[in-house]
Amino acid sequence: MSLAWGDSGYGDEFFWGVCNTLLISVCGYAIALVIGMLGAWAKLCHIKALNRAGDVYTTVVRSVPELLLILLIFYAGMSALTRLLIGLGLAEEGLQLNPMAGVITALSLVYGAYLTDVLRGGIQAVAKGQIEAAKAYGMHATMRFVRILFPQMIRFALPGMSNQWLNITKDSALVSVVGVIELVQVGRSAANSTKHFVFYYGVTGLIYLALTICSLILLGRLEKRANRGVRRA
Amino acid sequence: MKFDVVYMITVVMPQLIWAIPLTLFLTITSGVIGNLLAVPVALARLSLNPILWAPARLFILTMRGTPLLVQLYFIYYGLGQLIPGWMMREFTFLRDGIWYAIFAFSINTAGYTGEILRGAILAVPHGEIEAARAFGMSRSQVFWRVTLPRAIRICLPTMSSETILLLKATSLASLVTVYELMGTATTIRVDTYRVYDTLIGAGIVYFTIVYGLTRVLDWLERRLNKDRLAMPSGTKAVARA
Repeated sequence: MSLAWGDSGYGDEFFWGVCNTLLISVCGYAIALVIGMLGAWAKLCHIKALNRAGDVYTTVVRSVPELLLILLIFYAGMSALTRLLIGLGLAEEGLQLNPMAGVITALSLVYGAYLTDVLRGGIQAVAKGQIEAAKAYGMHATMRFVRILFPQMIRFALPGMSNQWLNITKDSALVSVVGVIELVQVGRSAANSTKHFVFYYGVTGLIYLALTICSLILLGRLEKRANRGVRRA
Repeated sequence: MKFDVVYMITVVMPQLIWAIPLTLFLTITSGVIGNLLAVPVALARLSLNPILWAPARLFILTMRGTPLLVQLYFIYYGLGQLIPGWMMREFTFLRDGIWYAIFAFSINTAGYTGEILRGAILAVPHGEIEAARAFGMSRSQVFWRVTLPRAIRICLPTMSSETILLLKATSLASLVTVYELMGTATTIRVDTYRVYDTLIGAGIVYFTIVYGLTRVLDWLERRLNKDRLAMPSGTKAVARA
């Protein structure tokens, strides 16, 4: 029952576990933001088929447990990618892909759906007159997006985005079921080999709690900054 | 590893359908216990006495700030270890993962719903509470007859989506040897090496249950808000305030 560094304790294992948890969450979230942007655009554009596709994507992801989706995307994604690489002659038979890439893909596809709705809400909350005014000034679509829509949209979407960040750090715990070394996996192997379940799962929980509290503080500052130009009622 | 629709429908699905009652049992039991526990949690959180609000805040923060998976492992392995051996031998039900899962899901729900309920209690219009006081109701009467029913109505939409989240979260019980929907699918998957048939099959079943549950909750919401929906459209905004 020790958190010492090196062979005598689990301190270094926990440290690398935290690093991996953060890596999975940050990468997953970054990709999910891109997917969410595309999804929001698909849901709001004028092409009916894309609207429908966006709806199906978010509805399916919202109604199926994350654990199941992560397993499914992980196995399907890994085998598809392996077959593709072998098919292209880039790899040899019996290739073992890094499971880290698989779980990041899975998490980003799940959170892409949640962020789609968050970002769509943000876009819709921007007053129509703002876009019209930008058009009247002769701004083209890219400039309208970069200068007018995006800065205002982020302000509305930030609370939802913060929530999803907090959720993805917690849901990254689920990837321990496919054996990726992250916080929960480290906690479990420490607890199983020493039989000090209360202690090691307690430590794992406390680390997550610390991550959440740090995130809350940083996100609070970010929100304040995003709202700096707005008069408070 | 191939996907075979016929195999999925004829072999996998029937076994999964038998697991639906257990998933629903987990959801309903933990939902009811968790929502009942949420009332004292919300009240303690709103109290001005630090002996009450400090532990309530800590409880809510812990439930919301740590993954449910860690809570479940902590309770299943940790609590299971603290229970003395003679109790394990005497009460065999203590060996069953399901009670630990229900315990974990219940307190998790209590934490989340407690915070939601707190917001809803604060959102109850002041005039209604003043009116109840003016009628000479005691503090507890005001709470049980006016504040709580009104607060529940206010947070009903959020509580519905919490229930859906709880239903999805019960899939974690499969990791502590409970053979509910996800656990059954995992067993078939491990026995047959058929990944896609089992996981997609389970996904379809979950989707169907969630769809059905959404319908039931929508109906409940409409029913509980009957009087407000029956009002002429002009007064609706006022009534909602």
